[in-house]
Amino acid sequence: MDKITVKVGMASCGIAAGARPVLEELQKSLSGRRDVEIKEVGCLGLCFHEPLVEVDNAGKRTVYGEVTPEIARRIISEHIDEGKILEDRAILSTEIDACENKMVDRQVRVVLRNSGHIDPTKIEEYIARQGYDAIKKALSSMTPEEVIEDVLASGLRGRGGAGFPTGLKWKFARGSQSDEKYVVCNADEGDPGAFMDRSVLEGDPHSIIEGMSICGYAIGSTHGVIYCRAEYPLAIKNLSIALVQAREKNLLGKNIMGLGFDFDIYIKEGAGAFVCGEETALMASIEGHRGMPRPRPPFPANRGVYGKPTNINNVETFANIAWIINNGGKAFAAYGTEKSKGSKVFALAGKISKGGLVEVPMGMPIRDVIFDIGGGIPNGKKFKAVQLGGPSGGCLPESMLDTPVDYESINATGAIMGSGGMVVMDEDTCIVDVAKFFLTFVQNESCGKCPFCRIGTKRMLEILERICAGKGKPEDLDTLEGMAYKVKDGSLCGLGQTAPNPVLTTLKYFREEYEAHIKEKRCPAKVCTALIHYTIDPEKCIGCIKCARQCPVNAISGEIKKLHVIDQDVCVRCGQCIKVCPVKAISVE
Amino acid sequence: MKTVLKDPPKDVVKALEPVIKRYREKKGNTISLLADIQTTFGYIPEDAVDHVSRTLNLSSAEIYGVASFYAMFRFKPEGRNVVRLCRGTACHVQGSWLIGEQVQRHFGIHEGGTTEDGMFSLHYVACLGCCSLAPVMMVNGTVHGRLTPELAVEVLETYRSKA
Repeated sequence: MDKITVKVGMASCGIAAGARPVLEELQKSLSGRRDVEIKEVGCLGLCFHEPLVEVDNAGKRTVYGEVTPEIARRIISEHIDEGKILEDRAILSTEIDACENKMVDRQVRVVLRNSGHIDPTKIEEYIARQGYDAIKKALSSMTPEEVIEDVLASGLRGRGGAGFPTGLKWKFARGSQSDEKYVVCNADEGDPGAFMDRSVLEGDPHSIIEGMSICGYAIGSTHGVIYCRAEYPLAIKNLSIALVQAREKNLLGKNIMGLGFDFDIYIKEGAGAFVCGEETALMASIEGHRGMPRPRPPFPANRGVYGKPTNINNVETFANIAWIINNGGKAFAAYGTEKSKGSKVFALAGKISKGGLVEVPMGMPIRDVIFDIGGGIPNGKKFKAVQLGGPSGGCLPESMLDTPVDYESINATGAIMGSGGMVVMDEDTCIVDVAKFFLTFVQNESCGKCPFCRIGTKRMLEILERICAGKGKPEDLDTLEGMAYKVKDGSLCGLGQTAPNPVLTTLKYFREEYEAHIKEKRCPAKVCTALIHYTIDPEKCIGCIKCARQCPVNAISGEIKKLHVIDQDVCVRCGQCIKVCPVKAISVE
Repeated sequence: MKTVLKDPPKDVVKALEPVIKRYREKKGNTISLLADIQTTFGYIPEDAVDHVSRTLNLSSAEIYGVASFYAMFRFKPEGRNVVRLCRGTACHVQGSWLIGEQVQRHFGIHEGGTTEDGMFSLHYVACLGCCSLAPVMMVNGTVHGRLTPELAVEVLETYRSKA
């Protein structure tokens, strides 16, 4: 009889949602049972249902969401022992019509093919799913040129955001003559709101190792470096385990699989600097310096890490490679649009019902991603904007939602594809505040090399702070726009050149909201603290003192059974009183 | 020539022995070197930089240059519990600034600071990559998600009672 496999999602987000007590409960209740095996797996992408437990009985799979230790016991007694699926708890199933089946049906799983299915700390599980077949195929039956041709034919473009054709990049690196070359994996996923790289690193680290090895073979390199941000401790741990296991099986190191190719990889940990995601800054950081960008040319393909030719790709790009070699570039190119081939992983977050990771074919309209797959906006609120591409991207309004997700179409809107973060905002989000938020971010992260980025973003931020404080002047918007273009033109690296994008796109699509702040001194979303105040309706207040007790700064006075009053000078506008008022007597203006 | 540097305290020299050994022959490892110093002491003490600079023949200006560039390195001791509040986009639109304000008020600390009793240090970080559980914070490596201002304070109080 086949063993029943119980898989528990133990990626960072699963653990944060409480997967560990669930795992412990399962281990305790199932200890000594030979017919059931427990596996710790990575992220399935259905983060909004975490913690997740999957029961796999000879291919009949059912995933349960929001599992607690009690529900884990029910899964054992009802599903595993009696074969009855817990219909009220199943979110995904091959057997019954579960609530998220549709969400998954519209997706394509290339990058996320293994994540959430295998135990990332066991190389055998990766191998069992065609793992390391691609490197074997490349080494035994393809020339490096043929590998590059296949990657070119796939139409794969850099998933880090810029969208440069991967095959072409490899071709340049191959063409560079040198005794030593480097393959670098950019795992410094710094865009706030993007977490697809973390998921792949945690849940399927061998796919990165295999992709990098294939790249090494194609460009003629024997050294690989994974530059991973220190904020992802679990990713670093799983990668380290994977590297050791790959070396033990001679899938890394000297004479890989006896096929005459040497390649090894080491991990370099970052230390917290967003700009290190820029390739020249990343290389400086690998060498142990301050991560400051330098002008290009020379491009990394000619002069990279330690002055040697270097090929840098992002995690998601490498995660596609083994699939492409196994299935052929043409199979990959069958997905997507004319210029943007394949699939793309998006991280859905913010005011969205079904936040998580989704992988969709390129060209799907943004609306379908957010509403059909992501389930739209929770709590009956109205959609306001979607932020694409992190601090380098922009905010798109409702009217742009039919834009297909491909590099050219998104660039045309003023936003960028970026690494794939999609942060959804509803009517309660203030667009000016969001622009201010991003400028604060780039201002903090600017390395300080270029005056336009260092000082320009600071001046822009000051204007936005003034607007949010209700002290905006009518000419501010033109000044802001003018400065934005100067920062764009005058900065050296991608960080500076794209830093004004959040301001420019919001000015383009949400200008009236800026104007409301400046002319009417009003924040339509009721977010900017200087422009709002809380009041208690004397007609409705029942004097229950709940609000006064909740107030963190004791701004609410009034005795029991008597009318309460908010002292506007003391109030910090945190909004906690509104949440506790049982009669909705408090309003914000 | 008279040296202007004092001899570093003996305990610092002793604690740095394994670190120095690890990096003696390796160039271009300033970041890992600093990370190891920080693991050893909990922060980057001036004495340690002086000692490392002399033994490994690295200029202390370069070491400080690198250390001050990256957000991870601290020049002051941290509190017993290090709180990293995520200020990424997803957390921002879910109101993480309110959590930050509440935590600051409740514990009487500022961003980047440490409580007087040395129990908590508070840092704002860019993104912890747990966006679907926003707003989140990380306490000593454990991520807590789906927070509200009150819940965040509650969670942190459990750390105080654990101590």
